[in-house]
Amino acid sequence: MKYAMVIDTLKCVGCSDCVVACQTENNVPIGYCRDWVTESVNGSYPHVELELKSERCNHCDNAPCVRCCPTGASHVAEGGIVLVTAGECIGCGACIESCPYDARFQHPDGYVDKCTFCAQRLKEGQLPACVSVCPTKCMYFGDLDDPTSKVSHLLQSRKHKVLAPEAGTKPNVYYLI
Amino acid sequence: AIPSDMNSNGAKDKKIGSILSRSATYCEVCFWKCAAWVYSDEKGNIQKIIGNENDPHCYGRLCPRGTGGVGMYTDEDRLKTPLIRTKIDGKDSFREASWEEALDLVAKNMEKIKTEYGPESMALIKHGSPGSHLEHLFKAYGSDTVAEPAYAQCRGPRETGFGLTFGSWVGSPEPTDIRDTKCLVLIGSHIGENMHNSQVQEMSDAIDNGANIITVDPRCSTAASKSQHWLAIKPATDIALLLSWMHVLIYEDIYNKEYVEKYGSGFEALKKHVKPFSPEWAYGITTVKPKEIRKTARIMAAAAPSTIVHPGRHVTWYGDDSQRARAIAILNGLLGSWGNRGGFYFKEKISVPKFPHPPYPHPKWGWKELVEKYPFAEMGSTMEVIKASIPGADQKYPIKGWFVAGTNLVASVPKRKVIEEAIQSLDFMVVMDTMPMEITGYADVILPECTYLERYDGIRSATNREPSIALRSPAVPPKYNSKPAWWMAKEIGNRLDLAEYFNYNDYEEVIDWQLKEMGSSLEEMKKIGVKNFKRKSGALYMQKGKTHEFATPSGKIEFYSEELASHGLDPIPVYTSHDSPKQGFYRLNYGRSPMHTFSRTINNPNLSDLTSENMLWVNPKVARIEGLKNNQEVWLQNQDGVNSSFPIKVRVTERIRWDSVYMYHGFGHSNKKLTRAHGKGASDTELISRIAIDPLMGGTGMRGNFVKILLDNPIKETIL
Amino acid sequence: MQEEIFISGRNIPKIDPYLEIWHFPISLYLFLGGMAAGIIFFASLFTVLRREKQVQTAIKPAMIIVLIALIIGLLALFYDLTHKLYVWRLYTTIRIESPMSWGAWVLLFITIGTFLWILSYFSELFPKWDLKFKWLKQIEQFLIKNRRNLALIMLPLSLILGIYTGILLSAFNARPLWNNAILGPLFLVSGLSTGAACIILFSKDHYERKLFSKIDLALIFIELALIVHMIMGMYAGSAVQLEALDILIGGEYTVMFFVFVIILGLIFPAILEGIELLGYKVPVAIPAILILIGGLIFRMVMIEAGQLTRYLY
Ligand SMILES: Nc1nc2c(c(=O)[nH]1)N[C@H]1C(S)=C(S)[C@@H](COP(=O)(O)OP(=O)(O)OC[C@H]3O[C@@H](n4cnc5c(=O)[nH]c(N)nc54)[C@H](O)[C@@H]3O)O[C@H]1N2
Ligand SMILES: Nc1nc2c(c(=O)[nH]1)N[C@H]1C(S)=C(S)[C@@H](COP(=O)(O)OP(=O)(O)OC[C@H]3O[C@@H](n4cnc5c(=O)[nH]c(N)nc54)[C@H](O)[C@@H]3O)O[C@H]1N2
Ligand code: SF4
Ligand code: SF4
Ligand code: SF4
Ligand code: SF4
Ligand code: SF4
Ligand SMILES: [Mo]
Repeated sequence: MKYAMVIDTLKCVGCSDCVVACQTENNVPIGYCRDWVTESVNGSYPHVELELKSERCNHCDNAPCVRCCPTGASHVAEGGIVLVTAGECIGCGACIESCPYDARFQHPDGYVDKCTFCAQRLKEGQLPACVSVCPTKCMYFGDLDDPTSKVSHLLQSRKHKVLAPEAGTKPNVYYLI
Repeated sequence: AIPSDMNSNGAKDKKIGSILSRSATYCEVCFWKCAAWVYSDEKGNIQKIIGNENDPHCYGRLCPRGTGGVGMYTDEDRLKTPLIRTKIDGKDSFREASWEEALDLVAKNMEKIKTEYGPESMALIKHGSPGSHLEHLFKAYGSDTVAEPAYAQCRGPRETGFGLTFGSWVGSPEPTDIRDTKCLVLIGSHIGENMHNSQVQEMSDAIDNGANIITVDPRCSTAASKSQHWLAIKPATDIALLLSWMHVLIYEDIYNKEYVEKYGSGFEALKKHVKPFSPEWAYGITTVKPKEIRKTARIMAAAAPSTIVHPGRHVTWYGDDSQRARAIAILNGLLGSWGNRGGFYFKEKISVPKFPHPPYPHPKWGWKELVEKYPFAEMGSTMEVIKASIPGADQKYPIKGWFVAGTNLVASVPKRKVIEEAIQSLDFMVVMDTMPMEITGYADVILPECTYLERYDGIRSATNREPSIALRSPAVPPKYNSKPAWWMAKEIGNRLDLAEYFNYNDYEEVIDWQLKEMGSSLEEMKKIGVKNFKRKSGALYMQKGKTHEFATPSGKIEFYSEELASHGLDPIPVYTSHDSPKQGFYRLNYGRSPMHTFSRTINNPNLSDLTSENMLWVNPKVARIEGLKNNQEVWLQNQDGVNSSFPIKVRVTERIRWDSVYMYHGFGHSNKKLTRAHGKGASDTELISRIAIDPLMGGTGMRGNFVKILLDNPIKETIL
Repeated sequence: MQEEIFISGRNIPKIDPYLEIWHFPISLYLFLGGMAAGIIFFASLFTVLRREKQVQTAIKPAMIIVLIALIIGLLALFYDLTHKLYVWRLYTTIRIESPMSWGAWVLLFITIGTFLWILSYFSELFPKWDLKFKWLKQIEQFLIKNRRNLALIMLPLSLILGIYTGILLSAFNARPLWNNAILGPLFLVSGLSTGAACIILFSKDHYERKLFSKIDLALIFIELALIVHMIMGMYAGSAVQLEALDILIGGEYTVMFFVFVIILGLIFPAILEGIELLGYKVPVAIPAILILIGGLIFRMVMIEAGQLTRYLY
């Protein structure tokens, strides 16, 4: 089992529903977020290219945040999901410093928080909150080990990229371009 | 400390369904009215709102505003108790009051206006769900002086334009068959920023299906960036483009001949009319290259009849908007998209039976008389209600009192000075709202309504592919001392001796009765939230071998409109030029923030967390000329010398033309009680002091305003 | 024009617009850890070489400074933790890949070792205090006998501690300013140099002071060479590293870095020490204090500037 998220930038409208949905699903306090949306504009009027992207923890195969964690609070769970066990986290911040995507933050309660791929929903057979709410249905979630899954299929058939591949983290959030 | 029930990452393990209880509602954050489930925990805290899978408005997915609707409930700045205007130290202020006192005062004033001037002089200006309860009260009371900003400041012109052409309103939700279209043409309509839910979803489906998208917008809208063809048109010149598209379709002989022959009326006149409007002619006006015009026209024709030239929604732009809407309608007629798969489907809805009540009295005048100078107005105009409230020689239908509910007039209707003058002249004004919005500051009495998450409202029944209804039931009891609109309407009714019109104790009874009449029940609807019905009016699209009768005078699609001609108006749309910005000024363009609805959500804790202020989009060329940097605060002054109350930060971007600036509508709140929204960004409405009235239906064209960018606060300067 | 913006969600305290997760306490912790490592290194080295006589300050009073520095350093680290109640979790696991983890363990052992070291010199350090209990005296006797063995253990531990203070940062691929192989040796050398400076500051023995002045001078030269090496390495690096370097070379932290770290913290004290070694009278406290302040500012600059640097994507 290897979970991955595939996001189609050709469909994302940057509405940030994924961000609010994550907040209400996962009790993310106001002022914090586990996912966020970026916009990049290239060219000059009227030859403008626009890319909108929903970003979050990439649940990296080669996760520096897990490696640098002194207590083992940051760990890799089933399916390659990178999680933090709040009761083991001392809040040293090393993992935050280690993430090239700035995907982690200190929860006001002290421990480090980040996207979990909605592990609690996966357990119940539901899709992550952000995926399930996205009005453009531009987010896909599934198992890359299963060659018949939608995510595998999309990565086989469409041009895609990951963020900051040069950081060597081997991300599992892919963007169709 | 970490609660024991926390799993990895400390997230409270919200078990879906099992622990959280759910109740049915439909969303009130905008007027798409998506049906949803509200999940709350044992303590009665609303945790989240999720779309109803069976709802054709949302297909189980709310938009960001609907998902963030939780914040409408939790906002601690909400109106908490009735307030009555009073003088404290000679200064106008508000004091808290009991419901008894506040409602007595409202009834007393309504009674007074009725006896002194007649009930017609009491106007209802409303928007959204509270409207229907109050409309019932007003009709019972004897007033039909009703208006809402969703007509003359929104979609009125397109209903007129399409009505004159196809004999049918577009209506809401639009019957655009986007998911099955092969070509979607957007004239300004910025779907994707305009988050009207199922449209956004279907546009995404259309992208998946490889549909061609053609966007006409002077700004690189999100939709434009998803389009194969973005025509970066010069603002205010759309009619020229539309005419030249007609020209290409007709003179290249690629229009839908069969359809036009069968259903068209006045085609020859149209053909003659558009003869001079070649792409070369349009190029000089629109700056869109002739090659592009021809190419896009051919794409539309190739996809026809599965082509949608979208009617748009907020279409009150330049005053000739009904004519532009007609041009769009005619184009759709030439393509044969009305009534065809991938074009416009035949919508259907189920009507909700009216709960029995005595007949309404007949008012002597009402909204119709107020718009009598506009031959094709089909709803009340807020602008005309406002004007009729100012005493003067031409005040034929005097308005003396306003009941404002669910509309923040000062943010949604331009010409602030005129509104303020009107309000000054009133004998009485009551505002029913959920938030201390600007409009409440002008009221004599403020009635706090509870949010949509805390109340029953009328059954939602809207047009769609298949008829459907949705229930709104309270997920939690009203917070603070707030009450639902139906209760206030009934209580005021009782005080006005209209109790017989409110023959129920709880609105629940009304809904249950109506649902039973429709073959369901409150009990069933609480479980399913949405009920879909089979169509009864016939097929979704035109059927081969059958003909279709249009509800126009000719029974056909009117390319040429005798009706318009008989009123001395252009029977076929013509292009007229509009003002361009003068040296040093930029056209004020505005639109939707995908995360907000007008002014109503700016203070919402969840949504303000996403976007807390609007920014002034300027082209890099303009930034260079004006010496602007990203995030720099500037002030704006319009052509009439009106200043923005608050500064707005600059966003230098290639997404906007050099002759315009752009901002999201709804920001720049001036009420200090809105702790998150106050002073955040600038208000577009405030800077709109010049309007162009649509001669057909009275629409308020708002896009002909120009602003100067000021580096210093102009108000401080004048003091010095 | 190219434009990159966040449209929502990124306004998180201490993360946006740039990281402010680690603050002064971490700089202080790294500085004190490095300095302690330096002193322990010299104390152990001379003990192992059986030349304790020549470095009386290093092996006795300086080791008390070490203990105080370690305790303050640990308190500073603890102060910066945001989930303090769970700090014991550090010692329920050893995670080889995490510098923070082995740093925690090394610090634990080194603190115990330093304590034992001081205990072994208890009677000499505090001649007026009498060890009340017999068993305490026995322990002292045992420790005195095993001083050299203790030094043999402390010597490698001090090197690990010294390198750790650099590796803690350089292991972070995500912060281009930190992410270079020189930072470990650089912080080690800087730690040794501050350690030497500290000994100079407290030593009253002319020979010892001169000895450490010489050592320090050599260390400063190595340190300068390593800094040049680091900068050259980053110049040859990727876009992110160039951007990071900009902060040190032509940005917010340039003055801090060149004036306080390089000139006042390294070159100037080196000149003063050189002059003194040539026989001129210079108050030794001046170069020593400059080196210590320079060492602290160096770590502050690296911590703060490093968090401004990020991956471009
Ligand atoms: N300048 C400018 N003006 C515009 C537009 C524009 O783009 N630019 N858009 C136009 C368009 S398209 C439209 S449709 C109109 C919309 O105009 P409005 O409907 O007036 O829009 P809002 O500003 O959202 O005001 C809604 C008010 O209803 C209150 N409210 C929200 N929920 C409830 C509720 O459940 N009960 C009650 N009682 N009150 C509630 C809110 O607090 C707020 O005061 O504006 C038009 N005006
Ligand atoms: N998120 C969100 N969604 C909403 C709403 C909301 O408040 N928030 N409100 C809803 C309501 S009530 C309405 S009416 C709709 C309105 O949504 P639309 O009908 O899509 O509104 P428009 O005003 O047509 O769209 C604004 C666009 O018109 C472009 N434009 C400006 N001038 C011109 C011009 O001269 N020619 C052309 N071709 N384009 C021009 C602007 O650049 C901008 O991209 O949105 C609905 N959806
Ligand atoms: S919800 Fe979907 S469309 Fe909206 S920003 Fe997120 S990924 Fe993009
Ligand atoms: S994105 Fe960051 S937090 Fe997530 S696994 Fe990768 S390095 Fe760790
Ligand atoms: S902050 Fe918590 S999760 Fe992150 S490295 Fe430290 S202990 Fe591990
Ligand atoms: S997967 Fe879940 S936790 Fe991660 S961003 Fe999406 S909603 Fe948030
Ligand atoms: S489109 Fe969004 S805001 Fe409007 S009703 Fe639907 S969910 Fe609510
Ligand atoms: Mo509207």
